[in-house]
Amino acid sequence: MQRGMLHTIGSHVARWVVVIVFAVLLAFPFYWMLITTFKKTADLYTLENNPFIFNLPPTLEHLRLLFGQTAYLRWVANTALVGVIVVTITLILALPAAYALTRLTGRWGQPIGIGIFLTYLVPPTLLFIPLSRVVALLNLQDTIWSVVVVYPSFTVPFSVWLLMGFFKSIPRELEDAAMVDGLSRLGAFIKLVVPISLSGILTVVIFTFTLVTQEFVYALTFISPESQQMLGVGVPTFLVRGDVYYWGSLMAACLIASVPIAILYNLFLDRFIAGFTVGAVK
Amino acid sequence: MAVVETRALTKVFKEGEVGAVNDVNLQTREGEFLVFLGPSGSGKTTLLRMIAGLEQPTRGEILIGGSVVNHLTPRERRIAMVFQSYALYPHLSVYKNIAFPLKAQGVKKELHRQKVEWAAELLGIERLLDRKPRQLSGGERQRVALARAIVREPTVFLLDEPLSNLDAKLRASAREELELFHKRIGTTTIYVTHDQVEAMAMGDRVMVLHQGYVRQIGTPTEVYDHPSDTFVATFLGSPPMNLLENGEAIVGFRPEHLQPVELVPQAATTFRLRVKNKEYLGAEWILYGIVSGGKFDGRELISRLGSAASHQTDQTYDFGVGEQDLHFFDRQTEKRTGAKVLAWR
Amino acid sequence: MAIGQSQAPTETVGVMAPPPLAEGPRVPWRRTPEGRARLLGISMFAPAVLYITALIGLPLVLAFVYAFTDVKVGSATSHWVGLENFRSILQSPSFRQALLNSFIFTIVSQVLVIVGSTTLSLALKDKFHGRGFVRFLILLPWVAPISLGAIGWKWILDSLYSVINWVLVALHFYKPYSAPMWLGEPVLAMASVILVHTWRLLPFSTVILLAGLTAIPKDIPEAAEVDGAGFWRILFQINIPMMLPIINVAVLFGIIFTFTDMTVVYILTAGGPFDSTQVLPSLAFFTGILAGDLSQGAAISLFLVPILVVVAYLMLRMAHRAEIT
Repeated sequence: MQRGMLHTIGSHVARWVVVIVFAVLLAFPFYWMLITTFKKTADLYTLENNPFIFNLPPTLEHLRLLFGQTAYLRWVANTALVGVIVVTITLILALPAAYALTRLTGRWGQPIGIGIFLTYLVPPTLLFIPLSRVVALLNLQDTIWSVVVVYPSFTVPFSVWLLMGFFKSIPRELEDAAMVDGLSRLGAFIKLVVPISLSGILTVVIFTFTLVTQEFVYALTFISPESQQMLGVGVPTFLVRGDVYYWGSLMAACLIASVPIAILYNLFLDRFIAGFTVGAVK
Repeated sequence: MAVVETRALTKVFKEGEVGAVNDVNLQTREGEFLVFLGPSGSGKTTLLRMIAGLEQPTRGEILIGGSVVNHLTPRERRIAMVFQSYALYPHLSVYKNIAFPLKAQGVKKELHRQKVEWAAELLGIERLLDRKPRQLSGGERQRVALARAIVREPTVFLLDEPLSNLDAKLRASAREELELFHKRIGTTTIYVTHDQVEAMAMGDRVMVLHQGYVRQIGTPTEVYDHPSDTFVATFLGSPPMNLLENGEAIVGFRPEHLQPVELVPQAATTFRLRVKNKEYLGAEWILYGIVSGGKFDGRELISRLGSAASHQTDQTYDFGVGEQDLHFFDRQTEKRTGAKVLAWR
Repeated sequence: MAIGQSQAPTETVGVMAPPPLAEGPRVPWRRTPEGRARLLGISMFAPAVLYITALIGLPLVLAFVYAFTDVKVGSATSHWVGLENFRSILQSPSFRQALLNSFIFTIVSQVLVIVGSTTLSLALKDKFHGRGFVRFLILLPWVAPISLGAIGWKWILDSLYSVINWVLVALHFYKPYSAPMWLGEPVLAMASVILVHTWRLLPFSTVILLAGLTAIPKDIPEAAEVDGAGFWRILFQINIPMMLPIINVAVLFGIIFTFTDMTVVYILTAGGPFDSTQVLPSLAFFTGILAGDLSQGAAISLFLVPILVVVAYLMLRMAHRAEIT
């Protein structure tokens, strides 16, 4: 009994040590962004100061600079606009495709689905060179439309895969019932399957949106003017003037963009993970 | 009202394999309650789904109300179906579930409320209209499914094992409710089940299926008292009919007809049975006996006795069967034949 | 009505032929319910497949074509040059360095990720108070845009104002102004890039493993405990072996996300100092996009293909096995 108690306490302590160490290591940069955002420049660049505390009173000067004198808000707006359009395109393409592959294509559905999923593994760094040429040919270079066209190429495959999982979990009898009740196959999809799958569709929306905000390589490749930038590229390239880093504003920019996306993503994370682990977890 | 007819209806799922449904010819009668009865894999659900239009036949024709409907989609067949899982739309309220077929078929919106209320009242679920399916009990779900099926006054009613998801107690009352429901609406109904009690209790006629073939179609009394072959004979009745091979014939008799000789004054034959095991079921005893001596030495026979019986395990008793209780089947075809004179010793 | 009555003449028709309908001529295939469903299916998934083919399949083919030509940014014409591009990049020290770095980068960070995420997922698998918040903190590196997270690290690893160095100086490991230049010295820069990437990928791997852990039936480790197995025995002989399939998934995705990534390198070091942190994707970017040599850039990025093919093959094999069981 005594040994058992000790054992239990020991494992609790061990777990908390592991959890705390990892949490601190993983979250530290974000804490660092937070504290840097509100520190006076003089405080930041005095080596003797303890960097973990405010040696001078906090300030909003970096935020003022960020919102007043940079294109930061423009980038946020660009990113949001691209996000909304890409989400729309993704839903229009992925919803019918995923449904057709789960219900209408018989034994070919699964292999085609896996094939589509595998294209998700083809990385931007393999495609960006030819795509830069394609984008130039289409005259989309240096506009947000270049990424609007290209982003669905990686949001659609994973969304089709996620939605296939959702549709498979809908009992076939429901659709049979809807068809007996007087709907066509397409009608059953639009009026029954889509409303039932709202949570799955929301997952795809969030997933697509976060992928758009996280993308770096294509945006870096296709867009150069400051006013057309996406967040992920604009912040690291245009908030740095030559060799001068405005660390306060830079950290504020990172923090403000990261946290909302992180919260959204976090809410739906389990569903994305289910998409990655299909097959390996039963 | 309409009559459902199938002609040589066949479904082969995979080319070259045996069919799930083979050459089924049937014709319902106006307003009847027809039960498809068979073990799992007998093709009864496939047959029903073909009639509904959810499955395409490989061969043969389906007629509803006299015209061929093979090429029609489910919606065009004007049938209603209740599914095994009830298939209630989880995101819709009970009201919207029942109104769904009306909406789907473009019934005028003004009529919805009136029709939904009529169906709900018929099934006594008026107070459930605002609930979501997951808030309902099994029995309530069944009623909602029935209301949804009845609301647009279909010509034919198809029911796919609607009681199999209920627990035993609920099943009996739900069964009764279904019977009353059918009596009230009088629509031609086809009911699929693997449960012989349901089939016997509810069916005007029972169609017994096995491996995709129709084995017998007839009233419950006909299929029980005059089974057309050994499969029907053993599938119906619990415990099943005793079968003994005797010369060119197979002879069968039901456990309730194998009684102590004292009770069978004009026994066609008698057996000396050693009681191997006995089960007390409250209203009756089930006796498992081994024939000792004679032509059938070592064969197991089952007898069903009144609760007053006091037979002891490992004791030997004499049992007999009356002539009129014997069933005869051909040994090769296993089909029913006329009575035969057989040597029993 | 009786069974086994005389059959309709349709009996004699072959197995696949549709039955002649009483009402008139044969319905064409695409008008049958089956045919209509098939056509509907094709028209529903065709747009997605075409889009993906146009934006992934076509560029993939172009990448191969470019690698064998001398196409440059701005030049209208190009010529077939055979293996010339491959010959020249194979002779380039930058390329050889990048190839080697890519493998070091991938292998070391994957080992760290797997060890770290296995430990962390085991610590997180049981419910405890505050688990949701802890999970959020732990997930931050994965869910925040990577380029922004990397900028955060660039500040933490700053040559002058690095908080790490401040701590090291405060603990008297180094004298002021002599602390390491994390991103300025080849070995340290590589270590930094690897650590930041590990930081980024660890949460992803952890949640995948957690998903796998929750799928292990609880009664198996419990049975082992009843059988008298201790903590370590249960860990190494029950939990970890049972996690292997899911660890495979995490590793395969991890390899793809690492081997093909250029963001961390681009932001932290831009491949420097002296190509010491250059990896294949970043080299392809600098050569193909910044320097405008599309064909050489394409040739460099093609070296990602073998790894992708191997990983895709392993994934397919796993998916296939999962389908059978």
